[in-house]
Amino acid sequence: MEQTVSYTLDSTLDTVDHAEEQATRIATELGFAEDEVMQISMAVREGAVNAVLHGNAYAPDKKVILAFERTGEDLVITIRDQGKGIDLGTIPNPLAPENLLKTSGRGIFLMRSFMDVVEIRPSPTGTEVKLIKHVRG
Amino acid sequence: MSMKLSTRQVDGVTIVDCSGRITLGEGSVTLRDTVRDLLAKGNKKIILNLGEVNYIDSSGIGELVSAFTTTKNQGGELKLLHLTKKVHDLLQITKLYTVFDVKDDEAAAVKAFK
Repeated sequence: MEQTVSYTLDSTLDTVDHAEEQATRIATELGFAEDEVMQISMAVREGAVNAVLHGNAYAPDKKVILAFERTGEDLVITIRDQGKGIDLGTIPNPLAPENLLKTSGRGIFLMRSFMDVVEIRPSPTGTEVKLIKHVRG
Repeated sequence: MSMKLSTRQVDGVTIVDCSGRITLGEGSVTLRDTVRDLLAKGNKKIILNLGEVNYIDSSGIGELVSAFTTTKNQGGELKLLHLTKKVHDLLQITKLYTVFDVKDDEAAAVKAFK
């Protein structure tokens, strides 16, 4: 891949699939192991789901900006929506006994499980999620 | 590849053979509708055979939880069969592996119903 690739995408389920496919392709091209490719693609999928559903709420006038950047040591993926900004204080712990049987609320947890660094920056004009995976070997 | 489901009966137990992806959208909805339909028809002993499920996201996990609790709330029982490594690992990470009744052998899973 080039140093940076970015996409501006509609707030649709197709965007979620597209983001996952691009993550799989780029992580494979960068030589990540098969299980790491799966982790990266799933983290990107979860980030895209959050951007489309919770951030932009499927609004046709709002976009999802997805960017992949290869730095010296890392694959850095940024997913930005144009929603109202997530309230980080309201995110429950999906591993807490009272939350185990909830049917949602695992997306950010999975991103944190699969990536080396996850940074979430909410603002009134949208949320930016940065996912970093170290290139090993 | 989208999700495909087919159902069969073995000794009074409904086995739902699932293949493909259980993800947000079509896959999750298909699974939800199938389980609800089974329960509505009185089929309350259900096995989800996930042996051919090669991908599941957080929405798919939520759908498995929903199928499990919906069945339980209606006096039924739902078990999972033949987890692929990916699904197994996800259920471990999310601490759901011990919540579900997971089986590796179909005959044993059928017999395990009360």
